[in-house]
Amino acid sequence: MSDLIRDNEEIRPPVTKVGVLGWLRENLFNGWFNSLLTLATLYLLWLTIPPLVKWAFIESHWYTDPGVCREGGGACWSIIPKNVRFIFFGFFPEDQQWRPALTMILLVGLAFYSKDRRRWKKSLAVIWLVGILLMGWLMHGGLGLPVVETGKWSGLPLTLLLSFFGMVFAYPLGVLLALGRRSKLAAIKSMCVVYIELIRGVPLISLLFMSSVMFPLFLPEGVTFDKVLRAQVAIILFTAAYIAEVVRGGLQAIPKGQYEAADSLGLNYGKTMRLIILPQALKIVIPPTVGILISAFKDTSLVVIIALYDVLKTTKVTLSNPEWMGFSTEAYLFLAALYFVCCYAMSSYSRRLEKELNTGR
Amino acid sequence: MATTEYRSKVPFWRDPVKRGHLFQAAVLLTALAIGYTLFVNTQANLQRQSIATGFGFLEREAGFEIAEPPIPYSAADTYGRALLVGALNTLKVSSVGIFFSLILGTIIGISRLSHNWLVSRLSVAFIEVMQNIPVLLQLFFWYAIFYEAFPSPRQALNPLPGLFLCNRGLIFAVPAAHPSHVWMLAAAGVGIVGWFLLVRWGHRVQDRTGRLLPVHRMGMALTVLLPLAVWLLAGAPTAMDVPVLRGFNFRGGLTVSPEFSALLIGLILYTSAFVAEIVRAGIQAVSKGQIEAAMSIGLKPGQVLRLVVLPQALRVIIPPVTSQMLNLTKNSSLAIAIGYADFVSVANTTINQTGQAIEGVALIMLVYLFFSLSTSLFMNWYNKKMALVER
Repeated sequence: MSDLIRDNEEIRPPVTKVGVLGWLRENLFNGWFNSLLTLATLYLLWLTIPPLVKWAFIESHWYTDPGVCREGGGACWSIIPKNVRFIFFGFFPEDQQWRPALTMILLVGLAFYSKDRRRWKKSLAVIWLVGILLMGWLMHGGLGLPVVETGKWSGLPLTLLLSFFGMVFAYPLGVLLALGRRSKLAAIKSMCVVYIELIRGVPLISLLFMSSVMFPLFLPEGVTFDKVLRAQVAIILFTAAYIAEVVRGGLQAIPKGQYEAADSLGLNYGKTMRLIILPQALKIVIPPTVGILISAFKDTSLVVIIALYDVLKTTKVTLSNPEWMGFSTEAYLFLAALYFVCCYAMSSYSRRLEKELNTGR
Repeated sequence: MATTEYRSKVPFWRDPVKRGHLFQAAVLLTALAIGYTLFVNTQANLQRQSIATGFGFLEREAGFEIAEPPIPYSAADTYGRALLVGALNTLKVSSVGIFFSLILGTIIGISRLSHNWLVSRLSVAFIEVMQNIPVLLQLFFWYAIFYEAFPSPRQALNPLPGLFLCNRGLIFAVPAAHPSHVWMLAAAGVGIVGWFLLVRWGHRVQDRTGRLLPVHRMGMALTVLLPLAVWLLAGAPTAMDVPVLRGFNFRGGLTVSPEFSALLIGLILYTSAFVAEIVRAGIQAVSKGQIEAAMSIGLKPGQVLRLVVLPQALRVIIPPVTSQMLNLTKNSSLAIAIGYADFVSVANTTINQTGQAIEGVALIMLVYLFFSLSTSLFMNWYNKKMALVER
């Protein structure tokens, strides 16, 4: 042995197994099929990427008048900075637009503050309550600020508020519905089953239609109900049914022994659920719940159809301005990026939280 | 004896059974009271606005046109027929959409597991992008592409012979109508039935003798060769109905409108990303030992996939894929945003014209409930067939 391996010489693997070459061989060119696949994919990328880069960056315009854009061939990103105030704030009075801006900063800031699990105490709930009251005051006005009717709330704040309150109210309602569906009381159970199946079987826009055309008929004469609030109710009712099904899955995963143990301790139904069952069940279903919340956030965009001015609608209004007509691709790509960042942040946070909470089991 | 004595001493609000009854009665009464109030309010409101209730309006003349109806329809037809056209359009777009998104989703899901780094990264990127952007925004995007990025018919893109892309939609050549087509279709149907019978016969032969027959190959040959024979017998008509530019638009061929195309593209891309994740999870759920065991008893790769991997993966895949199919059907209601006449869109027009909001919304809900329930019934049956049979 010692003859073969001399002292200072280390025998290294062949050059084709390590480093860049080895990686390429391992991951892109192992076998004729994979090599062919790699070459075909590279060719497709070669066909699409360079023209796209040329369009989006090299020949693009970033802060020009639409006329200049029309002459040049590239992307016209100018539509965003030139209309950003309207896209973000819609019809909110221009001199008051610092208020929705502050509201959004507050909301995002609070969300970031609550990210850390060490801060999940009772004080956090108080902070949120104060924050929500502050946001309400900023958006609506009064107490020194000029009042802005909800009809003027539009753009990004509307999107964020509709989805935030949709999630906050739908979650407890969904948990209640799930408990109801698992309940032994026949009347409660069947009501919950009918509600959940009915809502899950119909598209969200049918509920939004209901909120916009049928709700007014339900109310006694003279009582009117704000349009934004009606849409908000529809979103909450819709999301709750989906959350209920996810939570039901979690409840089903709790072994019977846990219930029996709670019974043997003499806990009543409320205490059993609150202290033993729900903490475990809700933890199991974090990933699907976040999935539902992400869809709820995306689904808020459907309020466009009942003519509420969320951020998608304000973008469409900008596009219907003859000056900026024809630059839909750029505007929609910008919006897509906006939605992507929000949804991606939510899903990656859920993945992290899942890892952190994954203590037992 | 002791228990009854004990029981009788418990006040009724501490007895779980009685308390349960009381609680249920309270909830039911509240629900009924709310329902009754709403009903009374609605009646009063309807009377005040003098809106007639009931479904009589279905018999009245609709008076609006629908582009590209699947069955003959004109503005002189009734609301009922207009709604039927809408329902058929919904059915059309969702069945085609489900078909293609299952195929695309499976391909992308398998690509994500590919050993090829480039391919799997690209699939991950596709899935992340498609899942995190609202489907409505995607629909608007594709619709805008059709109207803004595609040229007018005169400068139509012509990527393949007989296929044109322009702002009037997708136009492609179809075989010219010929009487033999009906017979070819019939022959294909006979072929499929024959295939089915062959498979059953093959199973019986295998059970009796253990011999494996190439039934699938025979069945496939039957399904291809029978229509081909009919086509040859009819004198092999090759005439094609090729679209030709006449004036400002194309004549001939088959035109798929930008509305339908945008809706279909958006729904397929969005749903296939979700299907891909489900397929990947399903394949990963099959333990490696199963595949190794199958290979060690000498099965060929195709047999490993067909006999060992797929039956186990499908068990995991079917239920979530069913809900994706339902989601696609429900999402097709967004057609209203880009002007494709699906059921919701027609119903909305009807509501606006007649003021019959309650009936209209109820019809929308009923139709979608019907679609949802029938799809899930079928898929539950299929699921039961595939499910693990335990003791």
